[in-house]
Amino acid sequence: MAEARRKPIPPMRGRGMPVPKGAIKKGTLPRLLKTVFKYYKWQLLIVLVCIVVNSFGSLVSSLFIQSIIDDVITPGVTVGYGAVSAKLLGVVITMAGIYLVVVVAGFFWHRIMATITQGMLYHLRTDMFAKMQTLPIKYFDTHAHGEIMSTYTNDTDATRQLIGQSLPTLLSSSITLIVSIGFMIWNSLWLFAVVLVCTVAMGLVVKIIGGNSAKYMVAQQHSLAAEEGFVEEMMKGQKVVKVFTHEERAKEDFDKLNQKLYNDSRRAHVFGNILGPILGNIGNFTYVLLAIVGGLLYTFEATNVGIGSIFFGAKTLSIGTIVAFLGMSRNFTQIVNQMSQQISMIAMGLAGASRVFTLMDEAPEQDEGYVTLVNAKKDENGNITETPEHTGLWAWKHYHKADGTTTYTELKGELVMDMVDFSYVPEKQVLSDVSLYAKPGQQIAFVGATGAGKTTVTNLINRFYDIEDGKIRYDGININKIKKSDLRRSLGIVLQDTNLFTGTVMENIRYGRLEATDEECIEAAKLANAHDFITRLPEGYDTMLQNNGANLSQGQRQLLSIARAAVADAPAMILDEATSSIDTRTEALVQDGMDKLMQGRTVFVIAHRLSTVRNSDAIMVLDHGKIIERGTHEQLIEKKGTYYQLYTGAFELE
Amino acid sequence: MVKTLLKSVRQYKKPSLVTPVFMAIEAFCECLIPFFMAKMISEQVLSESGAMTHILTYGGILLLLAAFSITSGVLAGRFAATASCGFAANLRHDLFYKVQKFSFSNVDKFSTSSLVTRLTTDVTNVQNSYQMCLRIAIRVPLQFIFAIIMSFTINPSLAWIFVVIIPILVFFLLSIMRYVMPFFRRIFKKYDALNNSVQENVGGIRVVKSFVREDYETEKFDKAATEVKNDFTRAEKILALNNPIMTLFINFAAVFIAYLGAKQIVKSGTLGGDFTPTELSALITYGVQILSCCMMFSMVFVMITMSLESGRRISEVLEQESDLVSPENGVKEVKDGSVRFENVNFKYSAKANKYALSDIDLDIKSGETVGILGGTGSSKTTLVQMIPRLYDATDGEVYVGGVNVKDYDLETLRKEVAVVLQKNVLFSGTIKENLRWGDETASDEELERVCKLAQADEFIRSFPDGYDTYIEQGGTNVSGGQKQRLCIARALLRKPKVLILDDSTSAVDTKTDALIRKAFAEEIPDTTKIIIAQRVASVENADKIVVLDCGKIVEAGTHAELLKKGGIYREIYEAQTKGKNEEKGGND
Repeated sequence: MAEARRKPIPPMRGRGMPVPKGAIKKGTLPRLLKTVFKYYKWQLLIVLVCIVVNSFGSLVSSLFIQSIIDDVITPGVTVGYGAVSAKLLGVVITMAGIYLVVVVAGFFWHRIMATITQGMLYHLRTDMFAKMQTLPIKYFDTHAHGEIMSTYTNDTDATRQLIGQSLPTLLSSSITLIVSIGFMIWNSLWLFAVVLVCTVAMGLVVKIIGGNSAKYMVAQQHSLAAEEGFVEEMMKGQKVVKVFTHEERAKEDFDKLNQKLYNDSRRAHVFGNILGPILGNIGNFTYVLLAIVGGLLYTFEATNVGIGSIFFGAKTLSIGTIVAFLGMSRNFTQIVNQMSQQISMIAMGLAGASRVFTLMDEAPEQDEGYVTLVNAKKDENGNITETPEHTGLWAWKHYHKADGTTTYTELKGELVMDMVDFSYVPEKQVLSDVSLYAKPGQQIAFVGATGAGKTTVTNLINRFYDIEDGKIRYDGININKIKKSDLRRSLGIVLQDTNLFTGTVMENIRYGRLEATDEECIEAAKLANAHDFITRLPEGYDTMLQNNGANLSQGQRQLLSIARAAVADAPAMILDEATSSIDTRTEALVQDGMDKLMQGRTVFVIAHRLSTVRNSDAIMVLDHGKIIERGTHEQLIEKKGTYYQLYTGAFELE
Repeated sequence: MVKTLLKSVRQYKKPSLVTPVFMAIEAFCECLIPFFMAKMISEQVLSESGAMTHILTYGGILLLLAAFSITSGVLAGRFAATASCGFAANLRHDLFYKVQKFSFSNVDKFSTSSLVTRLTTDVTNVQNSYQMCLRIAIRVPLQFIFAIIMSFTINPSLAWIFVVIIPILVFFLLSIMRYVMPFFRRIFKKYDALNNSVQENVGGIRVVKSFVREDYETEKFDKAATEVKNDFTRAEKILALNNPIMTLFINFAAVFIAYLGAKQIVKSGTLGGDFTPTELSALITYGVQILSCCMMFSMVFVMITMSLESGRRISEVLEQESDLVSPENGVKEVKDGSVRFENVNFKYSAKANKYALSDIDLDIKSGETVGILGGTGSSKTTLVQMIPRLYDATDGEVYVGGVNVKDYDLETLRKEVAVVLQKNVLFSGTIKENLRWGDETASDEELERVCKLAQADEFIRSFPDGYDTYIEQGGTNVSGGQKQRLCIARALLRKPKVLILDDSTSAVDTKTDALIRKAFAEEIPDTTKIIIAQRVASVENADKIVVLDCGKIVEAGTHAELLKKGGIYREIYEAQTKGKNEEKGGND
C-alpha cells in the first residue's frame, strides 16, 4: 500500500527554464550572422574593426614592458639616464598613443555592440511576433503555451548573450590566442613546447570537469522542472490541502524533490566552481615551469630556437624576452580559461537561436480567398454598389476570373454545411457527414456532450481549421473563396474562455471595433448588462484590467466579452458557452440584451445550460461528431429522444 | 529582510564560513605567486653564482603556493556550492512549509504563479548572489588589499599612484551604476509588460484572429518592443563606458608607473638595486589586479542590488504570519455535528469597507440537512468556510458541537468538518491515491463504500484501470460531474460529523444528484449536511433552507414555508421550474 500511495513525479510543464533540447538546427550560426549583417552592415563592420584593433592594441601593449627593460633600462644603467631619457619618453608616448587607440576602439566596440544587440533583439522579437500572428490556430493548439513563451524570454535572452557577449569575446580571444601563439613560436620554440604541454592538460580538465558540470546542469534543470511542477500543483490545490489537513504529506513529498534538486544542483555547481581554480593554477604551473626552463636556458646560455631565429639567427634568451614570454603565457592561459567558460554559453545561445528560427520557419496560415467584404448601398433599382462609408449594409465583392467581371452579393448570413467531414488528427474523426442549413436571422443551437464536436463546428465556420470533405457556403459562396480576414470580420464571436487584454475596460470593449466611439462602447456594455458593474469599478470604464482581468469574476469577464462582440456589430455571431459562468438570475437579465443582440442576425449558440438554447430556431444534438437529432425545442421534446433525456436531466452534460 | 533570509542558512553555516577562509588562502597564494616570480627571476638572473639554488628554492616555493592555491580553490568551490545550494534548498523548504501553515486569507494574498516564481526563480537569484558573496565579495577585497600591500612593499614611492586613481575610478564606476540602475528598474517593468503582451496573444489568439486584429496586435507589440529597445540601448550604451574607462585607467597607470619606474632604475645605475626591472613588471601586474578588483566590486554590487528584489519577495512570504493558528491544548474531540453562528460579521481584509457577511445568526442541529441558496456574490461560500475555520469571523462566534471553533485543535476540527470546495482539485495520481487524501489508512472496501455513496463506483469501474486509473494534473481526464463525485467520495472517507458541499453537484445530472442526496439521508443520517446549490431541486427536501443576499440571511425555513412567503426563493423556484411547466403546456 505504501507503494500505491507514492506520489509520482508530475510531468514537466511548459513554465520555467526549458530543459535544453539538445539539437541545434544546422546552419543556425550562419543564419544568425546573416541576419545581423542584414540589419547592421556598417555597424557590424565597424565593430569588427574595433575588436581587431582593440585586441591587437592590447597585445602590442603587453610587449612594451619588454621594450622598456631591453631598450631603455638595461642600456640605461650603464650609459646613464640622460642618454636614454629621450628614448624612454618616446616609448612611453608611443604606448600612451596605442592605449588611447585601444580605449577608443573599446569604447566604440561596446557602444555600437549595444545598439546591435538590442536592435537584433528587437528585430527577432517583432519578426517572431508578426510571424506568430500569421500562424494557424492549430499551432497554438498543439504547442504548450509555456513553450512558446519561453522562446520569447529564455531563448531570445540566450541569443542576446550569444550576439552581444559570447561571439565578440570569442573573436577577440581568438585574435589574442593566435597572436600570442605566433609571438611564442617566433621567440622560443622551447618555451612554447612547455606552454603546449600545459594547454593539453587544460583541455583534458575542461573535457572531464566541464563535461560533468554540463551533465549535472541538465540533471538540475530536470529536477527543477519536477519540483516546479509539484509546487505548482500544490499551490493551486492549497485550499484542498488545508481542508484535508494534508500539509504533512505535502511537506514530505516536497522534501524528497527538494533533496534531489539540492544534490543535482550542488554537483553542477561544484564542477562549475572548481573549473576556474584548476585551470587558473595550471596557468600558474605553466608560469613557474616557464620561469624555471627559461631561467635554466638563460643561465646556461643555451641556444634559443624560434621562427624568429630563422631570420635573425639563433641567439640566447634575453631577460626581456623571458619576462614578456611569461606575461604572454599568462594571457594565453587566462584566455583558454575564459574561452572554456564561454562554451556552455555558446551552446545555450545557439540552441536558443535555433528555437527562435524554428518558430519563424513555421508555415503560416494559408489563405487563397479573394472574395472580400465591402460596405455597400442599394440604389433605387435594388442594385448593390460599393461605397466607402459605413452604411450598415455589407456585400461580398466577388471577382470572376473567367470573364473578368465583378459581382456584389449582399451579406445576409445564410450558411449551409454540406456533408462536412473533419478530424484534428488523421486517426480520430471528429465530424462526419454534418449537414445543416441556417437561414439569415436564424438562431441555431448545438447541444451535446464534451467531445461531441460542438466547438469544432464553429471552428470550421470561421476557418480556424479547414474541412476535409464536403462544403460550407456562406451566402452561397464557398467559404474557401472568401478572404479569411473578411470572413472573420463578418462573424462576431464570444468564447467560453474569455480573454481580455491589458488595458482599460473601455479599450477592451473597443477591441470589437477600433473606431467605435465611447458612447457606442457604453451602449454595448448596457446591452450586455455589464454597464452596472463597470460603473461600480474604482475608475469605471477607465479601470485598468491586468492579468486577463484577474480582478473581475468569471461572470463579469463574460459580460465584457459579450459587450465586445456587441460593439463589433457583425452580421453573424457565434456564442460558444457565452453565459456559462453567469448565474441563472444574472443570465435572465443578460438574456434580454442577448435577444436584442441576436435580433436579425444569424447566430450559432453552444450552451451547456439548455434554458439558454430553448428559443433557438433549430437545435442540433451532436453525438460523436454526428447530428443525431434536429428540430425546434418543442419538436425535440415531442420526439422524446436524446434531447428530451438531456433536458429532463437524465443525462450528464459537460 | 536579509536577516529573515539568513535564518535559512542553518546547517550550511559551516561551509558558508569556511568558503571565505579558503577563498582568502587562494587569494593570498595568487598574490604571492607573482611576487616570488619576480624575486626568482631577478635574483637568479643577477647573481652569477648559485643560480640553480635560487631557481630550485623559488620554483619549489612557487609550486607549493600553486598547490595550495589549487587545493584551497577547489575546496572553496566545493564549500561554496554546498553552502549556496544548501541555502537555496532551505529557502525553498522554508517557503513551502510556510505556505502549508498559511490560512486561507494568507493564501488569497498570493497568486499561485507568484508563489511558484518565488519558490523557483527568486530563490535561484538569491542563491546566485549568495554564492557570489561567499566567493567574490570576500576574495576581491582581499586581493585588493594584498595587491596594495605588495605594491607598497615593492616600491612605496610608485604605489601612491594607485591611492590617487582608485577613488577616481570608483567614483566613475559608481556614478555609471547609479545613473543606470533606475533605467534597469524601468526596463524590467516594460519588459514584463512586453512578455505579458506575448502571453495574452498566445492565450487569446482565437480572439485576436476572430476580430482580425493581427496587424493591430503586431503594431502594439512593435511599439512596446521599440520602447524596450530604446531604453535598453540607452542603458547599455552608458554601461558600455565601463570597459573603456577601466582600460583607460589601467593602461595609463601602467604607462605612468613604467615611465617613473624605468627612470628610477636607470638613475640608480644598477639592475640589482632596491628596485629591479622584474619588480617593475610585477608592480604593473598588481596595478592591473587592483583596478580589476574595483571593476569586479562594482559588478557584484549591481548583481546584489538586482537580487534584492527577489530577496524582498521571498521574505515577504517568510515574514507572513499565519493569522489563524491552532490553539495550544485545543479541544481534541468534536461532540456532535451541531453548528451555531452568533452575530457573525465578516470582511476579507481589515481595510475593506464592506462586510462580506453581516448579522448572521444560524442554528443547525446535529444530523440536520441545510440548504443554502443565493446569487453570485451573496457570500454563501464565505459563510460555510467559517465552520471548519478556514476563515475567522471578524465579529461574533461560530460554534461546532457546542464549542467555539477557535478552541478546537485545528486538525481535529477540520477532520470532523469536511468541505467539498467549489473550486475543487484532484491531484496527479491514481483514483485510489486521490481518495486516500480523506483517510490514508482506508481499506479498499472502505473506498468502494464511499464511492458507492457518492455514485462514483459505477463510472470508476467502467475505466479500464478501475480504481487505479491515473488522474492527470488538474483532473483533466475525467468529466466535471465525475470529478465532483470523486471529490465528494474523498470527503466522505473522513467520516465527518459535519459535511459541507459547496455547489459540489453542479455538473452532476439531476438524477444522480438525487441519488446522492438519497444515499446521504439513508447512509449517514447522523452527519450534519450543509448543501450550497444553484438548483432548487438540490435543496428542496432539506430540513431548513437559508437564502442569502448580499451577505445577509434574507429568508430561512422549509421549502413549503419559503414558497408561501413569496420572496427570492419563490422567484428562483419559478424561474427554474418554468421550463418544465412549459413542456407540459407552455406559458411563454
